Amino acid sequence: MNKKNPASTYDIISINEDDERHTLSIIVDDEPGVLARVIGLFAARGFNIDSLTVSETESKQQLSRITLVTSGSPSVIEKIKVQVDRLVSVHRVADLTADYGQYGALERELALIKVKGTGNKRLEALRLAEAFDAQTVDASLDSFVFQITGRTREIDRFINLMASVGLTEVSRTGVAALKRGAGST
Amino acid sequence: MGKKITGAEMVIQTLHDQGVESVFGYPGGAVLPIYDAIFQQENVKHILVRHEQGASHAAEGYARSTGNVGVLIVTSGPGATNAVTGLTDALLDSIPIVCISGQVPTHLIGTDAFQEADTVGITRACTKHNWLVKDIKDLPRIMHEAFYIARSGRPGPVLVDIPKDIQFAEGEYENLSKTTHKTYTPPSTIDSKAVSAVVDLMQRAKRPIIYSGGGIINSGPKASKLLQKFVQKTNMPITSTLMGLGAYPGSGDNWLGMLGMHGTYEANMAMHDCDLMLCIGARFDDRITGKIDEFSPKSKKIHVDIDATSINKNVEVDLSIIADCGKFLNEVLKIMENRNNKFQSYDLWWKQIDSWKKVNCLQYKANSDVIMPQYAIQRLYELTKNKDTYITTEVGQHQMWAAQFYKFDKPNRWLTSGGLGTMGYGFPAANGVQVAKPDALVIDIAGDASILMNIQELSTAVQYQLNTKIFILNNSYMGMVRQWQQLLHGNRISESYSDSLPDFVKLAEAYGATGIRAKKPAELDDAILEMIDTPGPVIFDCVVANLENCFPMIPSGKAHNDMLLGENVSDEEVANAIDDDGKIMV
Repeated sequence: MNKKNPASTYDIISINEDDERHTLSIIVDDEPGVLARVIGLFAARGFNIDSLTVSETESKQQLSRITLVTSGSPSVIEKIKVQVDRLVSVHRVADLTADYGQYGALERELALIKVKGTGNKRLEALRLAEAFDAQTVDASLDSFVFQITGRTREIDRFINLMASVGLTEVSRTGVAALKRGAGST
Repeated sequence: MGKKITGAEMVIQTLHDQGVESVFGYPGGAVLPIYDAIFQQENVKHILVRHEQGASHAAEGYARSTGNVGVLIVTSGPGATNAVTGLTDALLDSIPIVCISGQVPTHLIGTDAFQEADTVGITRACTKHNWLVKDIKDLPRIMHEAFYIARSGRPGPVLVDIPKDIQFAEGEYENLSKTTHKTYTPPSTIDSKAVSAVVDLMQRAKRPIIYSGGGIINSGPKASKLLQKFVQKTNMPITSTLMGLGAYPGSGDNWLGMLGMHGTYEANMAMHDCDLMLCIGARFDDRITGKIDEFSPKSKKIHVDIDATSINKNVEVDLSIIADCGKFLNEVLKIMENRNNKFQSYDLWWKQIDSWKKVNCLQYKANSDVIMPQYAIQRLYELTKNKDTYITTEVGQHQMWAAQFYKFDKPNRWLTSGGLGTMGYGFPAANGVQVAKPDALVIDIAGDASILMNIQELSTAVQYQLNTKIFILNNSYMGMVRQWQQLLHGNRISESYSDSLPDFVKLAEAYGATGIRAKKPAELDDAILEMIDTPGPVIFDCVVANLENCFPMIPSGKAHNDMLLGENVSDEEVANAIDDDGKIMV
C-alpha cells in the first residue's frame, strides 16, 4: 500500500490478500428505507457494490431479498457480512457465491443487449446470439435487442463479442441467486 | 384492549411504562401535541434545555450515570438536526438514548414544508436504528421496540420520527415494555469452550495484560465487580481505555493507568511487551493502538465483545468471544474455580512493570506562582474523592489531564466523549447526571474553548437549580489544537488562541449562577471547597499555565514503545516528534 497515503489514521498492515467476488443474499424486512440502510452502510464503510438486485420475495412475511455482489479480500468480505448482519432490519445474510460452501449456489443474471448494424455484422450478431442461446426480443431493419440469461461471466463474454458487431446499449438485472438443493437460504 | 388515547399520550405513557423519570427537550411546532400531553401529567418530568444538542448530551449523561435509557424530545427540522451531534456521539460511545422527533404531518412529507427535514434519512447514519411512524397502529410497538434496541446488545442511540397528525390520531395502546424484536437478537449465550481456551492461554502466559473498555461499564455494575474479582484472582495487570475508566478502581493494586495516545508509560509498554492480551469490551481504536503494524507484536490476543463487527476490525486477534462482558467474566471465573491448576504469579513481569512505573511518566514541573493544570485536577480529586462525585469532561487537554489525574474507583462516575470527541459534551451531560442524581456532586471539567460550545445550558441549570459545577482549566487556548500545531506545523499557532474570552465570573452572574476564580496555587484549595459548598450551578474559572502540554504522548504514526515523556522533552523534540508519514494522520 502507498505509505504516503494511508487509508486510515494509522498505517494499516498491508495484507496481501487477493480480492474475491462474493454474492450475498440479504433477507430484510420489507419496510421503507431498508435498501438505503444496506447501501448506506456500503458507502459509509467504503465497501464495493458490483451488482445489486432487490425485490419483495415473500409477501406474506413481508420479506425482501437483496442479492448483492461485492468484492474484497477475504477479511473485508467477513467484515461486510457482520456489518450487514448487525443492521436491525436484516434477518440474515447468506453467502451464495457459486463456488462457496458445501453445495454451492446458483447465480443467474438477465441482460438486454441492443446491437445496431446491417449486412454481415447483422448476420454475425444473429449467429452469435444463437450460439449463446440468447433470444431476439426486438428487431428492426437495422437493430436487434437480445435477451440473455446466465452467469455473469457468460453474459460478460457475450457482451464483449457483441462489441464488435454493433453493440449500442446494455441493461442488466444484476445477479439473482439461490442455494442448491432442498435447503433454503 | 384498552381505551383509545392519542399518539402524543402514547408517547408519554410509553416513557412511563419504560421507567423513564425525566426527559430533556425543547418544544416546537411539530411536537406541540406531545408537549400538551406532558403538561397534563405528572409521571414524567420534562427538563427544558436551551439547545437540542444540549438535550442529546443531557440524555447521554442521564443514561451513562444510571445505566438506564436517556430520552430527548425535539421538534422537526432544526430541532432534529441540532440533535445529530449528540446522536453520533452516543453511537460512537455506545450510549443508549431514545430521540423522539416531531415531523410535519404525513400529507406534507416530501413537500419541503416549513421545518421539514428528512430526519430518518439524516439520522440513518448516526443511529443504531430509526423509524418514521406512518400509522398510529404502529406507534406503541415502535416506541417500545425503540427502547429495547437502544439498551440491548451493544447499546446505542435510536430515533422515532412522529408526524404531527400521528400525535393527534387516536388508537389503542398496549404496554409492550417486555417486547423484543423480530429480527434483532443480540447474543445471549456464551461459548464455554472458547472461555476454557482463554483460561488455557492464561495459564501458559508469562506476561499477560487485561485491556478493558467501555463494554464493561455498559454491561452494568456487576461486571465491574466481577472484573475486580478476576484481577484479584489472577494478579494480572490491568489497563483501560478512556471509556472504561472506573470499571477497575483507579486506586487498585493492579492498575497501570489508562493506555493509548495519552496513556501511561507503564500501560503502553506493558501492552507492547505482553505475551497475552485479554481485551474485554474495547475496540482497538486508533487512539489505543498507535501504529498498528507495530502494535503489541509479541502477544496472543483475545477479544471479548458483544458486537461481532468489532472483532478483527482493526487488529486481527487469535481468539474471539462474542458475548456480554459480564457474562464472560462470570463464566471465566467459574471455569477457573473448577480447575485446580495453579496460575503463574507473574513475578518477573510485575518487576518489569514496576521498573516502567519508576519512570513516573505523569510528573510535571511544579510551580508555586501559577496553577499547573495537572495540579488543579489533583487537588480537585483530593477534595472530592470522598464525596458522591461524578465527573464529566469536554474534549481536549483538560479531558486527558482529568483521565490521567482523577482516579475513578467506581463505574458510571466518569462521563466523557471518547469516540466522537465532542467539544460541548461535558456541561449538558453533567446537567443530565445531576437531574438523575440530585444529591450527587457533579463536576464538568472543562476547557475555556469547549465550555463556550454549550454555555447556554447554564440557563437550564439555573432554572432547575441543578448543583452542576463547571471547573474550567482556563489557559486561553484550544490547548490540544495548539499542542498539535506545535508538534506538526512548526509552532504556527493558527486560530487556536481563545481571543476575547468572556469574564467567566461575570458570565456566571449574568445567568444567575455563581462565579469563582482562582489564579494562584495557594488559593486553589479554598476556592474548590467554596465551589463544593455553594448551592446551585457554579462556574469555577481556574486560570492555569498557558503553554503546558499534555504528556506522555504517543505521537501519531508511532508505536506504544515510542512515547514522548513530559518532564525531559525539549522544544526541539516536540517539533520533530512526528515524521512526514505521521503528519497526515489525525
